[in-house]
Amino acid sequence: MLNRLTIHELAQKLAKREVSARELMKSCLDQIARVDGKIHAFISHDADAALAQADAADKEISSGATRTHKPLLGIPIAIKDVLAVKNQPLNCGSKILGKFISPYDATVIEKLKAAAAIVFGRLNMDEFAMGSSTENSAFGVTKNPWDTTRIPGGSSGGSAAAVAADECIASLGTDTGGSIRQPAALCGCVGLKPTYGRVSRYGLVAFASSLDQIGPFTKDVRDSATMLEVLSGVDPRDSTSVPQPVPNYAAALDGKIKGLKLGLPKEYLIGGLDPEVKAGVDAAVKQLEKLGAEIVEISLPHTDYAVATYYIIATAEASANLARFDGIRYGLRVDGNDPAELYSKTRGAGFGAEVKRRIILGTYVLSSGYYDAYYLRAQKVRTLIRNDFLKAFEKADAIITPTSPTAAFKIGEKSDDPLQMYLSDIFTISCNLAGICGISLPCGFTKSPRLPIGLQLLGKPFGEETILKIAHAYEQSTNWHKERPPLAAAV
Amino acid sequence: MAEAQFDIKYIAHLARIALAPDEEKKLAAQLGNILNYVEKLKELDVAGVEPTAHAVPMVNVTRADEIRPSLPHDEALRNAPAQANGLFIVPKIVE
Repeated sequence: MLNRLTIHELAQKLAKREVSARELMKSCLDQIARVDGKIHAFISHDADAALAQADAADKEISSGATRTHKPLLGIPIAIKDVLAVKNQPLNCGSKILGKFISPYDATVIEKLKAAAAIVFGRLNMDEFAMGSSTENSAFGVTKNPWDTTRIPGGSSGGSAAAVAADECIASLGTDTGGSIRQPAALCGCVGLKPTYGRVSRYGLVAFASSLDQIGPFTKDVRDSATMLEVLSGVDPRDSTSVPQPVPNYAAALDGKIKGLKLGLPKEYLIGGLDPEVKAGVDAAVKQLEKLGAEIVEISLPHTDYAVATYYIIATAEASANLARFDGIRYGLRVDGNDPAELYSKTRGAGFGAEVKRRIILGTYVLSSGYYDAYYLRAQKVRTLIRNDFLKAFEKADAIITPTSPTAAFKIGEKSDDPLQMYLSDIFTISCNLAGICGISLPCGFTKSPRLPIGLQLLGKPFGEETILKIAHAYEQSTNWHKERPPLAAAV
Repeated sequence: MAEAQFDIKYIAHLARIALAPDEEKKLAAQLGNILNYVEKLKELDVAGVEPTAHAVPMVNVTRADEIRPSLPHDEALRNAPAQANGLFIVPKIVE
């Protein structure tokens, strides 16, 4: 079962020629054939192209290539359907892109290919990354591998489910308000949202440009560090990427967390938090204390305003970004008598309900007479939220919280109540508004049904080494990351 | 109340999204709810607070004004719903 292993385990086996990249790729494809009918993590995948890349990797290995220069040599990595991969379809989980084929690679895809990874598959997602359940896809609902009557989280639900079900070794997702961390928590894998500006977004279809970041889903923390190092760095094609040196993240995983201060925000342990999730996180805090971390109480007083702030800023930015889908240059076109009618009909037919809801809300908060009351005020509250974090980080090296207030909910449970769906992002949203980094990792299970619980660690801007170090120390003192959904394990 | 102010037909027109009548009704109700929820931001005193547009304060990122490789013409047109003579075809704009 090669597909169950981690990048670091496989790298050794590939280097020793115990296994070939073709065998590894084949084991992922077999797993997809066996389980994807039940979970629908993939919108599509091209098996022949994936095997051809595996053969190329095997050739590189036999001609002496090593992971020193090609850290992902022969590792199958699947991609969220919002990132451009040259000559592959790109739909963003939407009908509006029609039969779009990407003419170029996103920077992160170039980086994966330069690291000799096998880049394959289009992973399902909420349309244009708008949602928390992967129910808003024009290509059908993705299901949680731990319980197929439940959602995998979102918007990167396919990316989380595919890693949790061992259909790939790692995957890429994007996180605008929690879309990497929340599905990682609900599917029981590791999901990292880098600091704003850490990873180039060239070739990512923009949702909310002041919040979006690309990050990895992996089976453990060491793999997350390896992936982050490959993905990070300034890019002249993304003017928001930051010229900050890229450290060797894996070198930070030394288990030395003695004396590190972990901030526990009192505002995060109130109403709506499931008792079993709270118990799981409390136990993780105790464990980290045992490992030598110091727990300090902190306050993030504007937490209660984060969801409202986010849904004004994110929808405003989305209404501008998604104006490009107008039926003129690519994708679906529904004809009209004049351009305005063509735009309206195309967008009316091509966008799903949640995307329409958000574009219309964003248009409203930016419209004449309402801009100051909504958008400008939200940007000011964003400053207050960011200041809360900067102040908290004077007392703490990292902040510890649940990733999501509940374990995975039922398919259909919140799909008719957008506000309830939005409130499920309460613990992840502030991180994007503040522009800091965050990671989610498994910290236990609910009893019945048995569903994963996620622990979130938030770090200072460009503080990824610290949160990876803490996450790794915790992970290595538990066995949660070795658990697999029964559906994926059964042969 | 926010709900009463919200003219769904007008905003959908601004957003260039054609809505069916039942969609219009449902969206107006849902957006009314969401707007009532975001009213809570008015509880905060934001006098003197600077707005944050970007979390990382980067300004005026420029590059040399030089010709660089760009998408070839046929690649740019590859996904067009209607094209001819190397151009996008659009409905008539001027009479």
